[in-house]
Amino acid sequence: MRKILFREALREAMVEEMERDDSVFLMGEEVAEYNGAYKVSQGMLDQFGAKRVIDTPIAELGFAGLGIGAAMVGLKPIVEMMTFNFAILALDQVVNTAAKMRYMSGGALSCPIVIRGAGGAGGALGAQHSQSLEAQYAHIPGLKVMMPATPYDAKGMLKTAIRDPDPVIFIEGEILYGTEGEVPEEEYLIPMGKGDIKRGGKDVTLIAWSRMVHLCLDAAEELAKEGIDAEVIDLRTIRPFDREMIAESVKKTNRAVIVEEGWPMASVGGAVSDWIARELFDYLDAPVGRIHQRDVPMPYAYNLEAATLPKVEDVIAAVKKATYTKS
Amino acid sequence: MAKKGSKKPTESGEKKTGEMPKLDAKIGKRLRKELGDDRLVEMYDLMVRMRRFEEQAGRSYQMGKIKGFCHLYIGQEAVAAGSIGALKDRDYVVAGYREHAQAMARGMEENDIMAELYGKASGVSKGKGGSMHLFDVDKKFYGGWGIVGGQIPTATGVAFAAKYREEDAVCIVYMGDGTVPQGAFHESLNLASIWDLPVVYIIENNGYGMGTAVNRISAVEDMSTKAASFNMKGVRVEDAQDVFKVYETISEAVEYARKENRPTLVQLDTYRYRGHSMSDPATYRTKDEVTREQQRDPIQRFTQWLVENKIRTEDELKEIDAQAKAKAKAAAKHADGEDFPSLDALTEDVYVEWPWAFD
Ligand SMILES: Cc1ncc(C[n+]2csc(CCOP(=O)(O)OP(=O)(O)O)c2C)c(N)n1
Repeated sequence: MRKILFREALREAMVEEMERDDSVFLMGEEVAEYNGAYKVSQGMLDQFGAKRVIDTPIAELGFAGLGIGAAMVGLKPIVEMMTFNFAILALDQVVNTAAKMRYMSGGALSCPIVIRGAGGAGGALGAQHSQSLEAQYAHIPGLKVMMPATPYDAKGMLKTAIRDPDPVIFIEGEILYGTEGEVPEEEYLIPMGKGDIKRGGKDVTLIAWSRMVHLCLDAAEELAKEGIDAEVIDLRTIRPFDREMIAESVKKTNRAVIVEEGWPMASVGGAVSDWIARELFDYLDAPVGRIHQRDVPMPYAYNLEAATLPKVEDVIAAVKKATYTKS
Repeated sequence: MAKKGSKKPTESGEKKTGEMPKLDAKIGKRLRKELGDDRLVEMYDLMVRMRRFEEQAGRSYQMGKIKGFCHLYIGQEAVAAGSIGALKDRDYVVAGYREHAQAMARGMEENDIMAELYGKASGVSKGKGGSMHLFDVDKKFYGGWGIVGGQIPTATGVAFAAKYREEDAVCIVYMGDGTVPQGAFHESLNLASIWDLPVVYIIENNGYGMGTAVNRISAVEDMSTKAASFNMKGVRVEDAQDVFKVYETISEAVEYARKENRPTLVQLDTYRYRGHSMSDPATYRTKDEVTREQQRDPIQRFTQWLVENKIRTEDELKEIDAQAKAKAKAAAKHADGEDFPSLDALTEDVYVEWPWAFD
């Protein structure tokens, strides 16, 4: 199968959906003439013209809100946030308008908008530019949150997000844009809320999403050398998350370790852990393990940055704790 | 800048494109009397040091010594030198992310700034801030903001505090042309006006926000006119590559803030020679445009003025440049030799509830 980059997979998803539905358009800072700050929208202005690929001022609240308004009356905007660090400025419109429009209008209105862009840690970008903020969206009823880990998933998931009748927050790991993977030529969709087993195993379940999936796969390789067979599952969609997949895996391995790039307090990992502890208590042979970023803003100094992010060794240590293996 | 193609003649004479316009002679004469030759040479020295420091930062970045984002100021030196030069020590400065040179203008040392860019513990923010987050409380330098527009409300609050405590101090805040469409800008200016705050809002209009030309994001090109909607004074300096004009305009705004507690919105038209950041090749503008803008180079024009007015000889100015280069190089060497922060620093200076990495 052909291999393409993560960013190309995202572009293909947008291009295909814009070709099939002319109410879909792309809007955001530098998406058009600059071809995207991370080059995700490369060539799209040429293909679709300035009516459908639109450069905005640096006014996140304004253009996200505009997108939400357009969505309320039937358009299907894809709003690119250069990074989710800046999407915070638009949070009012997303939380107070988009998320609850269907509910508070008694079903009369909805907001089929996709808000997408880079998230997670970058390379030495410091405290304001290097954050995993998915938890704040996952917290909000009315929003769906997707975070792909591979080019294949990125394409199929983004197409689903664009077709979804509700607001979808679509966070792309900044470090993943340049990663390569197999993506078929023919069309496919990945359902909302459906996770994926990225590596089968029987001794412990590693639960992750976005970039942390790759960290878990690396850790699983190391663990295999020591005879521990880890299953790596990728949630892909954070809200709703795939409870069935988790249950099936944990019933098999009896152990779970959740690995997330974000902070530990009131986090996605916290919510998933809570669910496992209550629903799968009888199947657990150890407390649910959790790996996360240290509970501090991201430091610039690169030695400290490495020390605050989850590492392969952390995953290995947590697995050993869960499997009562001496390290 | 921003008016591509329609290069307007400067006040110092109708210049053909390609010739370097002179600094404003009248203001120059006045400032010479007011400040004295040595002070003007100091200002020149500062601008040359800014340029050489930034060039060195660019090289260090390419060597991988500086990481992350690094936004260079090359071309905009007259703005930082002219505006901060107009302040007293008790005044406050709040800046965005393109702030290395502004920090220098405020008296922060090259060595300490460079150490920060290298992520070293002896840097101005203990290595935890980096290029976009320089702070020095003693020098009243606040910022480094990485979020476009985030500094505007905060600076307004700094001015509020200065007035509250009757400090007779003014706050100046820098922002790019890209910040003006943001709500934070409009909300802040309104507050500053209704509450009579001593603040000077400086829009550094360098023509672009990343790759987007200013006329594509703003309904008006002269954004100082927005002051009218807040019942505030608005001033535009179309040639802010002239350090004298910047100095004079900001001096007036600062004095007005000091005496009347009234804000001013100033637009300074300048130009950045490099891309938005080290990762931007800046293909959205033509070589011709950059070359044309470089004809207004703030440092070369200052050189010419100092020589023509026989304040320093060309050789003396070359010596200043040589020293600036040496200083920048020494700063890089210094930064290279310093230590990274210790791992304990990770949980210092923050309230941490959950200091462990896993459980
Ligand atoms: C709220 C927010 N949105 C987007 C960005 C990404 N970004 C950083 S700088 C920049 C352009 C800013 O241009 P301008 O204000 O004109 O300042 P200049 O870089 O020209 O000095 C953008 C879009 C950001 N840092 N913060």
